[in-house]
Amino acid sequence: MISIETHNLTVSYNKRPVLWNIDFELPTGSIVGIIGPNGSGKTTLLKAIMGLVPTSSGYVKIFDKDLADVRQRISYVPQRESVDWDFPASVMDIVLMGRYKKANLMKRISKADLEIAAEALEKVNMLEFSNRQISQLSGGQQQRVFIARSLAQGADLYIMDEPFVGVDAATEEAILNLLSDMKKEGKTVVVVHHDLQTAKDYFDWIVLLNTRMVAAGPKDEIFKEELLQEAYGGKLNVLSKVGDLMKEKAFNVREK
Amino acid sequence: MEAFWIILVGSLIAVSCAILGSYLILRKMAMVGDAISHAVLPGIVIAYLLSGSRETLPMLLGAAFLGVLTTILIELFYKKARLQIDASIGITFTWLFAIGIILISLFAGQVDLDQDCVLYGEIAYVPLDLWVTESGYNMGPRTVWIASGLLLLIVLFIWKGYKGLFITTFNEEFAKALGIGVAFWHYALMGAVSLTTVVSFESVGAILVVALLIVPPATAYLITTNLKKMLVLASIFGILSAFGGYYLAAAINGSIAGAMATVAGILFGIVWVAILMQKRRPSKTAINYLD
Ligand SMILES: Nc1ncnc2c1ncn2[C@@H]1O[C@H](COP(=O)(O)OP(=O)(O)OP(=O)(O)O)[C@@H](O)[C@H]1O
Ligand SMILES: [Mg+2]
Repeated sequence: MISIETHNLTVSYNKRPVLWNIDFELPTGSIVGIIGPNGSGKTTLLKAIMGLVPTSSGYVKIFDKDLADVRQRISYVPQRESVDWDFPASVMDIVLMGRYKKANLMKRISKADLEIAAEALEKVNMLEFSNRQISQLSGGQQQRVFIARSLAQGADLYIMDEPFVGVDAATEEAILNLLSDMKKEGKTVVVVHHDLQTAKDYFDWIVLLNTRMVAAGPKDEIFKEELLQEAYGGKLNVLSKVGDLMKEKAFNVREK
Repeated sequence: MEAFWIILVGSLIAVSCAILGSYLILRKMAMVGDAISHAVLPGIVIAYLLSGSRETLPMLLGAAFLGVLTTILIELFYKKARLQIDASIGITFTWLFAIGIILISLFAGQVDLDQDCVLYGEIAYVPLDLWVTESGYNMGPRTVWIASGLLLLIVLFIWKGYKGLFITTFNEEFAKALGIGVAFWHYALMGAVSLTTVVSFESVGAILVVALLIVPPATAYLITTNLKKMLVLASIFGILSAFGGYYLAAAINGSIAGAMATVAGILFGIVWVAILMQKRRPSKTAINYLD
């Protein structure tokens, strides 16, 4: 089964294309990494999939349908920095947003919603923080709250923008475990990530971006020197990192 | 009795402003409130010229229309012309406000709208404009009814729209991803701000209404951790400003609306200093923060 299909997708800002001819099909039940250097269009790709930016050509199909027909089955986790964490709201308030729908927007929050939100907080180990104001959280805790909100949606497809940025090793581990649990339940997780070193351990499937699509496929097909150089080419320090990575191929370079 | 009516109207308007202003501040749009409050001026004048009276309804419509037009223009300059948000706000409202001023001076003869009155309001006249029914029954000042109706409407809006406003204010992209109409909530809020501004213009004036829209919510923002509490606290600060302003004006024999805005500012200062003092010694919240 295919979770996300893009066909000839092009997105431009001010007539300048920042994503060009993106064409891929992602399988369900896998963890997919979207990898590319800064400014390569990773965030833009997620936004295009979620219908948050206008596309200039091509289309996106999710579970073989248009976005509008399957919205309820998708959960989007924006970049953590995209919101104001000084907002007067508690952790619980934020997680409950995962239960908001167009249909229940005018209704009160139900008991079932509260239970689902508490369960989601439990999963990310943040239940004891549920009444804390969000401004009093560390970066890693904020990320957990965002993930709890996403879990509360009970979706089949999760689309996350840089969930591993600014979190410590323990939180990274915890998030990874959650992702693999989700995978076991047959869910699909698409994650924007820019650390090449860890990408190979974290993901089953990889989309390599650099404005245009360099490659997409199972990770073993993607982790080839030519492809990585093509995506990261011209950026010397990154290039040498790629070299290191290729040398140490079999090793898990990163210490946890 | 006069004092009662004036304070009542001041409080009703202050609470409406406090509620809406809280959302404006959280949306980082405080200056949009300022823009709307100025830009409704030509709407009011045109409505007055067209209807030839100071009837409330045409004025409300004229102002609400201009208010929404203002927000549309600001969005347009910001998104399409790619100006910075503060520049788009600056262009939009100064231009519309200037048209309003020109209209007033051009038609000064026909317009029984006093510039000073529009800008600074005259809440002292509130008790004079009575609503007397056809059978001759005295219902009290007309403005009290209008301001109560407005507050009722806004409370209803916030009550029904709490979740919609909450999610679109905190995280617009997430709301969009859920399929929630963020433009609807944006314009609904802006429409409410426009309405509030025009209802307030007779009593507190087009400029001082900005003080009530921004200062009490900003004061509440300093000390609150929860949106519902912020709405309540902002309303309380608004009411305190209305009370304090009335008696301050009486004491110095000055403008009531001006005094209300002044008291709002003083309350802000007191709260801010209190917070600074509290931060000096290790407080409970600081300990909470560390654990
Ligand atoms: N709102 C915008 N208006 C104009 N250009 C934009 C806008 N958002 C992004 N861009 C441009 O589009 C390109 C892709 O940006 P995008 O945010 O998708 O990159 P990214 O891969 O997510 O980068 P990062 O790793 O830094 O998060 C960049 O060149 C950026 O400058
Ligand atoms: Mg990005």
